[in-house]
Amino acid sequence: MSVLSNISRRSWAVWQRNKDVFFFTWKTNFLPPFLEPILYLLAMGFGFGMLIQELPPPWDQYTYAEFLGPGLIAISAMYGAFFECTYGSFVRMHYQKTFDAIVATPLTIEDVIAGEILWGATKSFINASIVALVVAAFGLLSFPSFLLVIPITFLAGLAFGALAMIFTALVPNIDSFNYPFFLLITPMFLFSGTFFPLEILPEGVQAVALALPLTHTTIVMRDFGLGLFGWMDLLSLLYLTVLTLVAFYAAVWMMRRRLVS
Amino acid sequence: MDWVIEAEALTKKFEDLVAVDGISFRIAQGECFGFLGPNGAGKTTAIRMIQCVSPVTSGKLTVLGMDVGGRQREIKALLGVCPQEDNLDPDFTAWKNLLVYARYFGIRREEAEKRAKDLLEFMQLTEKKDVEIPKLSGGMKRRLVIARALMNDPKLLILDEPTTGLDPQARHLIWDKVRELRKRGVTVLITTHYMDEAQQLCERLVIMEKGRILVEGVPADLISRSVGSGVVEVLSPTDGMDAWLRKGEWIYEKAGDRAYLYTDDNRSLRERILREFPAANVIIRDATLEDVFLKLTGRGLRD
Repeated sequence: MSVLSNISRRSWAVWQRNKDVFFFTWKTNFLPPFLEPILYLLAMGFGFGMLIQELPPPWDQYTYAEFLGPGLIAISAMYGAFFECTYGSFVRMHYQKTFDAIVATPLTIEDVIAGEILWGATKSFINASIVALVVAAFGLLSFPSFLLVIPITFLAGLAFGALAMIFTALVPNIDSFNYPFFLLITPMFLFSGTFFPLEILPEGVQAVALALPLTHTTIVMRDFGLGLFGWMDLLSLLYLTVLTLVAFYAAVWMMRRRLVS
Repeated sequence: MDWVIEAEALTKKFEDLVAVDGISFRIAQGECFGFLGPNGAGKTTAIRMIQCVSPVTSGKLTVLGMDVGGRQREIKALLGVCPQEDNLDPDFTAWKNLLVYARYFGIRREEAEKRAKDLLEFMQLTEKKDVEIPKLSGGMKRRLVIARALMNDPKLLILDEPTTGLDPQARHLIWDKVRELRKRGVTVLITTHYMDEAQQLCERLVIMEKGRILVEGVPADLISRSVGSGVVEVLSPTDGMDAWLRKGEWIYEKAGDRAYLYTDDNRSLRERILREFPAANVIIRDATLEDVFLKLTGRGLRD
């Protein structure tokens, strides 16, 4: 049986289950995505940004806070799904046995994984949209083009959620998630054009950065957030779409291999 | 005859282990069928194949007339499963657990609420409706898992060690409920290593060991066929006594400091022993499934 033919719209029941848990404790869930960008903007954007006289071209007409804002949206989109589909999914799979309970019903394991990744993407969408609204409230985004950022948070969430699920299919225990976080997520957080323009990096390092999904997320977020559009945005969107499809397929296949014996 | 489950030469191999080794059995509509066996006998593996969550290595297995290889969603829609390990959703209350579970079956909200209400009442959990799972006792959790397994009004209810670790009150309540479900025509498949439970509930059962079926039958028949109806236990027999006990026409077994003698007429055997050895410490009792089980599977520890 093929991986994709085992996915049905019953996946939504898994998505709904996670959504219900999320809104059950919504007060604690909405506060961090709201407060975190404010802290970052105050400390980095307006505090640290005071030290920056002028950004290198093509960003020389923007303040550092304006440059940083879309980066924060991209970072939030990455962490939302990646946390959810690593720690969150692992807890449900391994400790709570939620997956076992669900596959005893008409749902397949493929439905469960698809539902988990969709929910991860939804977390990115919720968190990053809140960040976008906060950044916009500081007057750092261009209206109305920044509204295009909102659907991109979901696409980025799908890509990072599927990527995360691959690690969840591989790790022997929950502590092993330190590796993808330390070796992949933290370097991306710092070197994907989020805090400083990629243009100032040596060319070789730039090429490496361009291979990273957060780089492309940041490119799109910044261009749409500031009202700039170019060919690069289409390429970045294509990159995120292809990554989503490949990682999603791999994640579902690897999870079946891990869980069905 | 409508068979709810038909298994023929059913086999499950893992990398280095044959967990189920070519077993064949049939379960009839409305029956309560038991899988008995020590830990590692292959009971749960067999159940996982019936549940369509573990693929069959070889052999044939049809559930409710459908092959488990092809029509898994359809089969699973008609099963109720109470797993060995409680896997209730700890993030929700008892009530919400039932409603969320109903959603996996595509049961409409109003219908789900009606069933959840009835089932909480049936399992005597109505006052625990709004309690979160970590605050329920072991017995309440088990009852809720059974209520959850009944949400889709299953044709076949699978209970994997339903009363392990429960106190006597909780066990008896669960037994009563299983009997009530049987009266309503639900077919029940139960695994257990409690022999009294099997004797209480099962009309027919198999005893499994190392992936194979050792015997199959009606509990009372199995007892009289394999060990006879009565048992005589002789406590701390002397060497001389032991030698004499070994030579009789009854079945003799020794475990620890106790000799077990299986016979249909345990009263007269006791008298014979007491005539021969007036100081002997002798107990008589009816034979149970436990005697059959221990005789067939031996008294050695499994794990």
